[in-house]
Amino acid sequence: MTERSPASRRKAPGVLARIARARPTKPGEIYGVPGQGNTLWLSVLSIAVLLFVWWLVTAMGWVKPLFVPAPMDIVTKFISVWQTGFTGTPFLEHVAISTSRVFGAFLLACVIGLPLGLAMGMSPVMRGLFDPPIEFYRPIPPLAYLPLMIIWFGIGETSKILLIFLSVFAPIVLGARSGVKSAAIEQIHAAYSFGATRWQVMRFVILPSAMPEILTAMRIGIGFGWTTLVAAEMVAATKGLGYMVLSASQFLQTPVVIMGIIVIAFIAFAFDLLIRFVERRVVPWKGRM
Amino acid sequence: MGLSIEDVSVVYPAADRRPPVDALSRINLTIDDEEFVVALGASGCGKSTLLNLIAGFLSPTSGRLVLDGQAVTGPGADRAVVFQKHALLPWLNVLDNVAFGLQVQGIGKSERHKIANQYLGMLGLDGFQGAPVYTLSGGMQQRVGIARALTCDPRLLLMDEPLGALDALTREKAQELILNIWNDTHKSVFFITHSVEEALFMGTKLVVMSPRPGRVTHVFDLPFSRQFLDGAPARRVKASREFIEIREEVLEIIFADEEAAA
Ligand SMILES: Nc1ncnc2c1ncn2[C@@H]1O[C@H](COP(=O)(O)OP(=O)(O)O)[C@@H](O)[C@H]1O
Ligand SMILES: [Mg+2]
Repeated sequence: MTERSPASRRKAPGVLARIARARPTKPGEIYGVPGQGNTLWLSVLSIAVLLFVWWLVTAMGWVKPLFVPAPMDIVTKFISVWQTGFTGTPFLEHVAISTSRVFGAFLLACVIGLPLGLAMGMSPVMRGLFDPPIEFYRPIPPLAYLPLMIIWFGIGETSKILLIFLSVFAPIVLGARSGVKSAAIEQIHAAYSFGATRWQVMRFVILPSAMPEILTAMRIGIGFGWTTLVAAEMVAATKGLGYMVLSASQFLQTPVVIMGIIVIAFIAFAFDLLIRFVERRVVPWKGRM
Repeated sequence: MGLSIEDVSVVYPAADRRPPVDALSRINLTIDDEEFVVALGASGCGKSTLLNLIAGFLSPTSGRLVLDGQAVTGPGADRAVVFQKHALLPWLNVLDNVAFGLQVQGIGKSERHKIANQYLGMLGLDGFQGAPVYTLSGGMQQRVGIARALTCDPRLLLMDEPLGALDALTREKAQELILNIWNDTHKSVFFITHSVEEALFMGTKLVVMSPRPGRVTHVFDLPFSRQFLDGAPARRVKASREFIEIREEVLEIIFADEEAAA
């Protein structure tokens, strides 16, 4: 509140003041922790409201189905694509092809990026050599270097996977690199004082303590992978979810577009849940010591 | 035999906007076999620097350290370190944490678990073998750290404020536990604290240090840990007239140092 005169201080506080003031917490919560509280029901509510508005807008005919088809149209379309496929390819094959592109690129990025990131964290030589190229290409949108990929690697599978790979690679390298810093100096010193070699310290202390950051990096990386999928499948693809969305949009098949988007979101979300599950199993100690 | 620190100085070089620091200036000190040497002093007087030298993490700017006739050139399993905190590995359970030093030395699983179990028993941690370390209390975590340090049967046990993060009651119990282990295992100990009472109670030799430049100003020989190990209750030892007199003397030295520095 801006007023400071003694007279105004005696007035009952306004609504704003009451909202702005921190209240004591219930037992079981911690006073002052930013943003604490359960959000499940609000999330359910948010989804329900969105669906309702969507349904309302289409049911009342406020928007043409060409722009926003009704929710039920999407479901119907999904069932029909599931049964008869899209452009002659079964639906599950589209899913399988896109998934294997994303996961192939993701695995490749992990296999190369994790060791490279760890090495960059461990060695100033590696950091000096690889920091400039990675920092250079990292902020460039994949669509910007897509033409180069095509010129260099053609319109085959290579440039598609490479494009996704590049978008996953940078966050994975950076995550592994900063994960190296997670080990406490005491943990490292303790290992050395038992006569550990540098390699043993790496293997037994630095690598395990980097796991939380590595898993987070993998989560972020695969997210980028799905984001880049559609761009990658702009390149002369004849199969895949990104291709499905793009070609449907050319024929103004809006239900397929929306359905494809939802399927991609769903697969990406499912994988995110999987990594979170792995996280709880692999690093249950995260943030607890 | 034992450790001798001969005319050791450490200067941390100047860094951006910070002048060079004379962390230690011409230290001479010996830690004989089975001796319990306590370093006491305000923070910044170079205690940890001294411990890092002995552990072999740091090499002196001048002077040298000799352990059993051999110059100290790096860390080694003959000197085990117990830290104040953050030194356990949370992805390993209690047993594997204690066995970690042996694992590093390439000792097979069943053998190292057998040895680790002995030390867990010695520190009163039986039954917690499978527990994740982050579920233990601070006092128990510290005992895990001590057990781990003992497994490789070091010549010297180096402890940098090992009890600094514990509450008063747990701390006194831990002091007694460490003394009993020292008595049973016949190790030499170098122990850092800034609690005067703890220093007097634990040590056979007390080294009082003072900052800028870090140096040893006084050395006392102490009888109190022996009295405790001979059966006198800890509180009675700490309340004895002799103890209180030395305590006040040491406190005066430390306060005088503080004033001289201020
Ligand atoms: N790595 C370092 N670089 C520069 N100065 C340091 C470093 N470590 C310690 N110092 C300085 O050396 C002095 C002694 O530090 P330290 O040995 O940690 O003291 P203590 O453990 O008694 O508190 C302090 O003034 C501290 O700021
Ligand atoms: Mg210190």
